[in-house]
Amino acid sequence: MSEVQDVEKVKLSPKDFATDQDVRWCPGCGDYSILKQVQSIMPDLGKDKEDIVFISGIGCSSRFPYYMNTYGMHSIHGRATAIASGLKISRPELSVWVITGDGDSLSIGGNHLIHLLRRNFDLNVLLFNNEIYGLTKGQYSPTSPEGKVTKSTPIGSIDHPFNPLKLCLGADATFIARTMDRDPKHQREILLRGNQHVGTSMIEIYQNCNVFNDGAFEVFTDKGTKAEETLYLEHGKPLIFGANRDKGIKLDGFTPVIVSLEEVSEDDLWVHDETDRTKAQLLTNFFDNPSLEGHLPRPFGVFYVEDRYRYEEALEAQVEYAIEKSGKGDLDALLRGKNVWKVD
Amino acid sequence: MIKEIEEKREVTIVFAGDSGDGIQLTGTQFTNTNALFGNDIATFPNFPAEIRAPQGTVAGVSGFQLKFGSVEVATPGDVCDVLVAMNAAAFKVNLPRLKKNGTVIVNIDGFNARNLKLAGYEVSPLEDSTLADYRSIQIDITKMTRAALEDSGMGKKEIDRSRNMFVLGFLYYMYNRNLKGTEEFIKQKFAGKDDLIDANIKVLHAGYNYADTSEIFTSRYNVKAAQLDKGEYRNIMGNQATAMGLIAAAQKSGLDLFYGTYPITPASDILHELAKHKNFGVRTFQAEDEIAAIASVIGASFGGKLGVTASSGPGIALKGEAMGLGVMLELPMLIINVQRGGPSTGLPTKTEQADLLQAIYGRNGEAPMPVIAAASPSDCFSMVYEACRISIEHMTPVMFLTDGYIANGSEPWKFPNSNDLLEIKPKFAVENNQNYLPYKRDEMLVREWAIPGMAGKEHRIGGLEKEIDTGNVSYDPENHEKMVKIRQAKVDKIAEDIPLQNINNGDKEGEVLVLSWGSTYGVIKNAVKECKEEGLSVGHVHLRYINPLPKNLGELIKGFKKVIVPEMNNGQLVKIIRDKFLVDAKAINKIKGIPFSTAEIVSAIKGEEELV
Ligand code: SF4
Repeated sequence: MSEVQDVEKVKLSPKDFATDQDVRWCPGCGDYSILKQVQSIMPDLGKDKEDIVFISGIGCSSRFPYYMNTYGMHSIHGRATAIASGLKISRPELSVWVITGDGDSLSIGGNHLIHLLRRNFDLNVLLFNNEIYGLTKGQYSPTSPEGKVTKSTPIGSIDHPFNPLKLCLGADATFIARTMDRDPKHQREILLRGNQHVGTSMIEIYQNCNVFNDGAFEVFTDKGTKAEETLYLEHGKPLIFGANRDKGIKLDGFTPVIVSLEEVSEDDLWVHDETDRTKAQLLTNFFDNPSLEGHLPRPFGVFYVEDRYRYEEALEAQVEYAIEKSGKGDLDALLRGKNVWKVD
Repeated sequence: MIKEIEEKREVTIVFAGDSGDGIQLTGTQFTNTNALFGNDIATFPNFPAEIRAPQGTVAGVSGFQLKFGSVEVATPGDVCDVLVAMNAAAFKVNLPRLKKNGTVIVNIDGFNARNLKLAGYEVSPLEDSTLADYRSIQIDITKMTRAALEDSGMGKKEIDRSRNMFVLGFLYYMYNRNLKGTEEFIKQKFAGKDDLIDANIKVLHAGYNYADTSEIFTSRYNVKAAQLDKGEYRNIMGNQATAMGLIAAAQKSGLDLFYGTYPITPASDILHELAKHKNFGVRTFQAEDEIAAIASVIGASFGGKLGVTASSGPGIALKGEAMGLGVMLELPMLIINVQRGGPSTGLPTKTEQADLLQAIYGRNGEAPMPVIAAASPSDCFSMVYEACRISIEHMTPVMFLTDGYIANGSEPWKFPNSNDLLEIKPKFAVENNQNYLPYKRDEMLVREWAIPGMAGKEHRIGGLEKEIDTGNVSYDPENHEKMVKIRQAKVDKIAEDIPLQNINNGDKEGEVLVLSWGSTYGVIKNAVKECKEEGLSVGHVHLRYINPLPKNLGELIKGFKKVIVPEMNNGQLVKIIRDKFLVDAKAINKIKGIPFSTAEIVSAIKGEEELV
């Protein structure tokens, strides 16, 4: 240990988390905003730089670790989640961040994603959803809407898309949230919430690919339509939206209906409860095509939070239990075994 | 009546029956008793691919072959002296392996009309001339067992389950062995269930006494203890030895063992064994698939652990891309392939050596990886330990090869003392080096290992080509070519860190060199010995380090006029030998899911075998 370490640690700034590598996303790409927000919350994690690890797969977003001055790995397509699982089991004390995209985590890496979620390692998954394959220059992805015309679907996509958060909730994720590149304040808030959550924090981030899928989320970000099309979730608050905040969501049995606050009292609205799994399921179903008549607004914020045991902690407990029960492993006793004979 | 004792040097027995007959347990018990007595021993279980294949059918036959002797036993034997067949199907499958004049012990009850039909017999082989050349002992084992437990109050089905104890007791009498070890085993296995303990012990004694009083035998047999090297021994199976080698390497290197894997025949027993030893700090992780298994290992290795994954051919194929990442990252990690018959799903429960080229070349791009192979069940311990040592000290993924034959086979093992195992020194980054460069190398071309938590050494690595020293992404053509050569040179240099090859058996130079690798060691050793006794000029070199090859191998090869390479594949090592040394090595192949017999190798040495 050097003597310098005796001096009280200076709080790091977002700049301390930038590397000397040129950032190579297309100008105007939504990834820039996410990088900035992630760097901005790093000093608030309460972790030293050397205890933070970013792991990514393959895709545009997966270049991310190169731009973070922490430990990092740019791995192979779809496997960041599985690599992070092994790292977290091995080093439970680290702050681990998985950076992935819709192709990386929902197509080639779909299997690892659902298994990661059910095991509930304490780490954060940032799913950059741009509804397109950017790195391979513009094929439709598993989140592209039906009918999407791309290089690989000249007459329109006939793949029914995934509803990512619904899939994640189905895999028993313990934290699911949605935010977007164009709302830095909200993004920051959600990233911090995700970091606080002990368990796998699944954060879907709508990210604009201005080269191959420009405007995919425009209705949610454009000043003119945003207020009507988005629904910001806040725990304990009623579901209200609209340019004049004059609309609300009410539950009619299990069916959410849009009501006018001129006709229905706020007290009768659906109040968001992050811990209510059934309602979270209904919320993930707010996934209508915004061009449809009478569609529900798209929710942003924390959908669901649950406190469930973490895989790595349970495994540590088993190791401790085994040591308590059988004593710390004695190599020579193991090699001998129980039935030994002697030749003299 | 006191019976004479007839001495035998070595005996091979095959136990065979339905997979529900407790054949593997019977074989293991007989093995343990003889091992404890001091015989040298080799075993080979042979089970059907289907877990519950239809009862009484040829497809459902489970076998356990063992050879025990007062002399050195290198293989479980080509042919057997005694065949124990619990039913007609087991009889039919195994009779071809019984020596002329050998003894067959059959359970008559397993030869009823239904059994005969299932086995495809029109006339019972017990009644025609089938047994003319053999000595047959026919016992209604079912009836005897039921009679022994008449008063136990147990149901017929339950009673029949202990029939194998009757067989065991019978053989213990025949070979003059003590019942104690098996009695102890029964007590442990059924602890808390006194009625089952009593019943099994009773049947064991019934079998023993029946052999004694029935006057089937005029004499008993004895196989004296073997003259093994002085020391302490235990019996060990290959997969078990592999698991122990991993634990030992973890302890000696000071790294925790992380074992990420996906169940697959015949590798799963390594997982089962390791999962039992969490008190050694072992973390086992049963991943969702083969790819996740190796990916988790990469994560663990990045975190500073000894990451290990194991599979068999199909699973190794799935891990290919991730192995390539391991090569790029230059992190220690071990990939174990317990080979089985391929391609595709192939012959899951049968043995083969057909993944050697996959191990050496089976990744995209130029992705060299050291390859090490074990020669016998107990050798799995030494060689997996070596594989870990090389992986950790040279910062590289290593492929370790065994196969179904040695993974499930067993032999006596003169186990080492932990103090005598080689030290393993991880190449962690030096703490006060403030200018850590992730891809800066030492004279062995090994980079330093900085792991998360080491302050000031934060760095990013990945699958994209790296710039020399800095490890930054680089698309520079010159840099790429250099890096490809560096990665190759790094693996080649490992040759300086492994023992020189010796002649394992036979002559140091002469007519024929038998060059082999993997599980064929024992049978080739036997064959070379036989040929030497006949005065032939023959030597045997058995490779355990296959990539890189020992530095002096070329010299050894030059000492012989002819090189033959027997392999349980269609010719793989032979290609490498021809490629590296430009010698006209001849392939000797057997691809039947079963090991070579000594006779086959002997005739190959004599040049009688058709050469490919
Ligand atoms: S292709 Fe799209 S997602 Fe990729 S960097 Fe460019 S704008 Fe961003």
